[in-house]
Amino acid sequence: MSALAAFAAGLVFGIGLILSGMTDPGKVIGFLDIAGNWDPSLAFVMAGAIAVGVFAFALARRRAQAFFGGAMRLPARRDIDLRLIAGAVVFGIGWGLAGFCPGPALVSLGSGQDKAVVFVIAMLAGMLLYTAAERLGGENP
Amino acid sequence: MIDWAHFTPWTSLAGGVLIGAAAAMLVLLNGRVAGISGIVGGLFTPRAADVAWRVAFVLGLLVAPVFMKGYPRIEAGFGTLLLAGLLVGLGTSYGSGCTSGHGVCGLSRLSPRSLVATAAFMAAGMATVFVARHLA
Repeated sequence: MSALAAFAAGLVFGIGLILSGMTDPGKVIGFLDIAGNWDPSLAFVMAGAIAVGVFAFALARRRAQAFFGGAMRLPARRDIDLRLIAGAVVFGIGWGLAGFCPGPALVSLGSGQDKAVVFVIAMLAGMLLYTAAERLGGENP
Repeated sequence: MIDWAHFTPWTSLAGGVLIGAAAAMLVLLNGRVAGISGIVGGLFTPRAADVAWRVAFVLGLLVAPVFMKGYPRIEAGFGTLLLAGLLVGLGTSYGSGCTSGHGVCGLSRLSPRSLVATAAFMAAGMATVFVARHLA
């Protein structure tokens, strides 16, 4: 049941990304290009998503259990450290270079474009590098 | 200057509402945050009970292009895409999230961490495009 719900959520998420324009790297770069011919559309994506999300997460916060069972697992960290900021900056540079963030890249992978395949493989390699580095760090603290 | 020719406030807003609805489904039904980088990254340190929903969510994303009319052009070359993908994978791992986890879910939760992360990746993305388009 929870896998089916996750599939449906992924599908709706993906359709939302397509409809919003997030799967078009040119549009994403047009949004980030505030000094050029600026396309503010993606601010509307954030606004639409957050307008719904605020209510969903406010309800989620008041529940210990999800509706399909299992614990409600919301992030608890509130500290702002260098890893968070440096990681976000590195992500932002990659996002600005190609116009892809993880969700739209996966949707584009599903459409079978070879360039999306390259991006996603590199992205998975980056995640794998991180996992490997964390394991090494864990053994030799 | 605003690029009125490409400005799509209504479809972008509607797409955003769908993204918010999907995040709402995942958190209310399954108790999980719809952060794409976290969902995928979690597959590299798998726990048995944890794999199925992650794979199912990613499958949903991969199937979504069925609803896509034509594919947008990807301007970046293969070298740029390799470098960008690597940076996105590393950055979202160290920064614990991407546009969905921090930008949509985190801001919806009013998380100060996510607000800082979102400001940082937006600023870095804008700076990168500025350098690439106007200085390079």
